[in-house]
Amino acid sequence: MTEPEMRRDAPAIDVNELHKYFGDNEVLKGIDFHVNNGEVVCVVGPSGSGKSTLLRCVNLLEQPTSGTIFVEGVEITDPDINVDKVRSKIGMVFQQFNLFPHLSVMRNLTIAQQRVKKRGKEESVDIARRNLAKVGLAEKEDAFPAHLSGGQMQRVAIARALSMEPDMMLFDEPTSALDPELVGDVLGVMKELAHEGMTMMVVTHEMGFAREVGDKLVFMDGGVILEEGDPAAVLADPQHERTRSFLSKVL
Amino acid sequence: MAMSPRKRAQVSRGVQYGIMLLIVVVLLVVADWELILSQFLDTEILLDLMPEIFTTALKNTLLYTAAAFTFGLIVGLLLALMRLSSVGPYRWLATGVIEFFRGVPALVVFIAFQFGLPIAFGVVMPGGILGTVTVALGLVGAAYMAETIRAGIQAVPKGQMEAARSLGMSHSRAMISIVVPQAFRIVLPPLTNELILLTKDSSLVYLLGLSAASAELTKFGRDALNETVNMTPLIGVAFCYLLITVPLSIAVRRMEARAEKAR
Repeated sequence: MTEPEMRRDAPAIDVNELHKYFGDNEVLKGIDFHVNNGEVVCVVGPSGSGKSTLLRCVNLLEQPTSGTIFVEGVEITDPDINVDKVRSKIGMVFQQFNLFPHLSVMRNLTIAQQRVKKRGKEESVDIARRNLAKVGLAEKEDAFPAHLSGGQMQRVAIARALSMEPDMMLFDEPTSALDPELVGDVLGVMKELAHEGMTMMVVTHEMGFAREVGDKLVFMDGGVILEEGDPAAVLADPQHERTRSFLSKVL
Repeated sequence: MAMSPRKRAQVSRGVQYGIMLLIVVVLLVVADWELILSQFLDTEILLDLMPEIFTTALKNTLLYTAAAFTFGLIVGLLLALMRLSSVGPYRWLATGVIEFFRGVPALVVFIAFQFGLPIAFGVVMPGGILGTVTVALGLVGAAYMAETIRAGIQAVPKGQMEAARSLGMSHSRAMISIVVPQAFRIVLPPLTNELILLTKDSSLVYLLGLSAASAELTKFGRDALNETVNMTPLIGVAFCYLLITVPLSIAVRRMEARAEKAR
């Protein structure tokens, strides 16, 4: 097992010729995808387009069938790499939040800090409090996930990922499971993160967020990237027929 | 004469109550109450059982059961994790152990440990009677608990493991800190049921040849029965078993009701 040497000067995410099969079903058909440091890249597309699979490949929640993925200069598709070390540098936010229901909000934020980063109790609690305040939930540290609303759960999940002080964040449809009136709170937190310079890869259906916050928009369909570029430009003047038909349905 | 369905149901229920009442009344009249009370509820004999029935017999039953359950829980968890391992030999070994101890009567396991082990390997179980009960009864319980715990682990949503891994936890760390604690909440009611079964199975320890000091409830009751030639000790022993198992049953029902509400 080799210890990964991650470098902030290398591209944050660099995916080359990525193929992914589920059984006989080819979900990703040769993807080239790049995110530079400090960039916010939004990935959109119809369901089943492979956008979530691509995102999950970046921290190896899905094992790519072939192709290479570099994260900050480290080839994570190398079977000898210490994946846990790489993952602790990549924050991940799930559609279904995936908070740990048996732990308090505070413990949700400190357990990985203590178990993985070997931080002391006081330090981890300090960092957790700072991140809870950042997402506007400082008063909820003793609550259990079951007593939070969906929007609050997702903000806690973001704070949990941030408490590991990751170099980049992956968002897998972070607002899709939320009631419409709660979406704004979560997008607000994400916007603030982007303004602080966090590197972000966001799979989303929120076109407004993509246009306002995104540095790049990637449109996927059928396991390939059909179109990518400046979000405003792609949204205003899509080049591909399928992009046009998708955007006409969601906008 | 036509009856509405509701009317018919009412009449039918009335007849059923009537029959039940009749049976009870007949039993009350026919029974020889003097004989029953003297044979089953002789207060003198009952008082004679005190305090040993509690201080020795009940205490030993609790001790044997608790030791076997604790041992079984640990081994059961290990077996469950082995069953779910990606390493083939672990899975096969666990499956073999589980199938063996689930398929063989607890009585046979007790005999094997008490008499088979010294013959086969020239060793005696350390820890005397308590050691043998712990391991023999514990392994039988472990085989059942392993399957329960495995189902519990598989009932924890996949996203929990993914979230833990995405925070940099190793697979085993995520299992220990995140998945297994949630699995135990799910399987608490069936594990408590297993505890009730073990409480009763602990009576098999009589096979090991118990002295008066190491006797548990069933052995104690049988000895007293032989001595007094009266059924009263058995009634006392049954009452002691219920003293353990009924609160546990109530606890299980409470837990299930709470889980139902939380859903």
